[in-house]
Amino acid sequence: MKNNKFLILRRLVQLSVLFLFMSSSYLGLKILMGNYSSAFILETFHLADPYAVLQILSTGFIPAAELLIGAGVIVIFYAILGGRLFCSWVCPLNMVTDAASYLRKRLKIKPIIKKTESKKLKKVRYYVLFLGLFLSMIFGQTAFEIINPISMFYRTLIFGIGFSINIVLIVFLADLLVLPHLWCGHICPVGGFYSIIGKFSILKVQHTSENCTLCMKCKQVCPEVQVMGIIGKETGKIKSSECTDCARCIDVCDDNALHFKIIDPFTKK
Amino acid sequence: MLEYFKNKMTTRRDALKSMFQGAGYLALGGMFWGELVENASASPLALRPPGALPENQFTKACIKCGVCVEACPYDTLKLAQDGDNTVVGTPHFEPRDVACAMCTDIPCVPVCPSGALDINLVSVLNKETKEQKLDINKAKMGLAVINKESCVAFWGIQCDACYRACPLMDEAIFIDYEKNERTGKHAYLKPVVNGDACTGCGLCEHACITEQPAIKVFPVDLVTGKVGDHYIKGWEKEDEKRLKEVDETRSDDADVGSAMDYLNSGDDIFNDDF
Repeated sequence: MKNNKFLILRRLVQLSVLFLFMSSSYLGLKILMGNYSSAFILETFHLADPYAVLQILSTGFIPAAELLIGAGVIVIFYAILGGRLFCSWVCPLNMVTDAASYLRKRLKIKPIIKKTESKKLKKVRYYVLFLGLFLSMIFGQTAFEIINPISMFYRTLIFGIGFSINIVLIVFLADLLVLPHLWCGHICPVGGFYSIIGKFSILKVQHTSENCTLCMKCKQVCPEVQVMGIIGKETGKIKSSECTDCARCIDVCDDNALHFKIIDPFTKK
Repeated sequence: MLEYFKNKMTTRRDALKSMFQGAGYLALGGMFWGELVENASASPLALRPPGALPENQFTKACIKCGVCVEACPYDTLKLAQDGDNTVVGTPHFEPRDVACAMCTDIPCVPVCPSGALDINLVSVLNKETKEQKLDINKAKMGLAVINKESCVAFWGIQCDACYRACPLMDEAIFIDYEKNERTGKHAYLKPVVNGDACTGCGLCEHACITEQPAIKVFPVDLVTGKVGDHYIKGWEKEDEKRLKEVDETRSDDADVGSAMDYLNSGDDIFNDDF
């Protein structure tokens, strides 16, 4: 039987955050106000998307201390725990792109570019990250926030379907038809940002190659397959911080060869 | 040896080539993206929440979190979507739908995390107690403009909907009485906006009885003129003080005496030397 423990847990976390955000708009529960750009917890403390704050700083505007502190808290949280935990456990767009993956497998759609051929494109996000800051500086305008599909998706849920849903559909269809994980796994600069700050985080996926039967199910489900170089070859942790800690590989592994491990950040073991 | 250099050369050439190629991709993406950003920025028409920084600063500062929108008890504020004619995700309001209710506690402003809504722009400082007190009447969300051709009050029909809707009645909008020569026995009750007091809340636009509002609120910068420093209101003491600040010393002032007396000295005129 398929084990979906982490998948269910992940959906629960994603939907809880989404519910808390939406309930403050629709039900007046002021637990988590705002959105994924900046949240206001219990009307006392602000959190902020550090990449958005970097863009604001790039425009030449020095934001209020609340925002800088809020972004700092987020950076520290993800830097310690696991950079791209945001992508797979919080970001609402993950559900959209996972739906595309599911549908692609179900309908046996063959995308234009195969998953295995996209290794070069995996670095695009860092260029987009840099370009977003550069354009913010040139145009005096938070460049990525104008096209950010995460905020577009959330605003659609609050203010109704408008033209903004376009970019979410683009992400969905591109993922479905052009290249698997095109947005989340290649382009999204927010994911790129969290990859960078997650370099020294403590939550890693551990591989036990003695148990591995080389079924390669983990590689089939992994959205960042370039991080899985050690599978079947050596025992150890998945080092790359491009791993989103989505734990899909742990779910599908029938041979107890993969599990989460908290490592000591100093000894790296 | 030659083989070695050959290899070296190709790798260097390849490296250069891929570098230029990368730069090309970056430029390509940047230009596409820049076009989007540029189009999104060219939109000065939105009315902002109270306490908003000047538009060009505001769009830089706003993180688009929508906490001000959620704090607004009247659902006046909305985050802009594509097609709303302003930077996507920034808060704005359309007074014909829902005008600003001018809450005295201004709930939308203090919750702003980025400083895009500045509490200092909507509060007054008590000089004695050094206490800052919120004052929504200081807000400059926009400025109401009347189109007198479509305002029925200017036709001679009695209507003071905007005047009565205005939270600063007789300050921001007052009524100008004028004899109606057409009937000979009636008066025009013409609404007039005082730009110094108008907060741009839009309650007048919301209340206007015509099919399309004859009074509309626009961003302040869009409708205000600027006189320039060289005009001074001589009849106002405060304004006349500016005269003292005018820098009267000019470069040619130093030699005023000789310039005025050059004919009186006489020496040069009767000089036969030339």
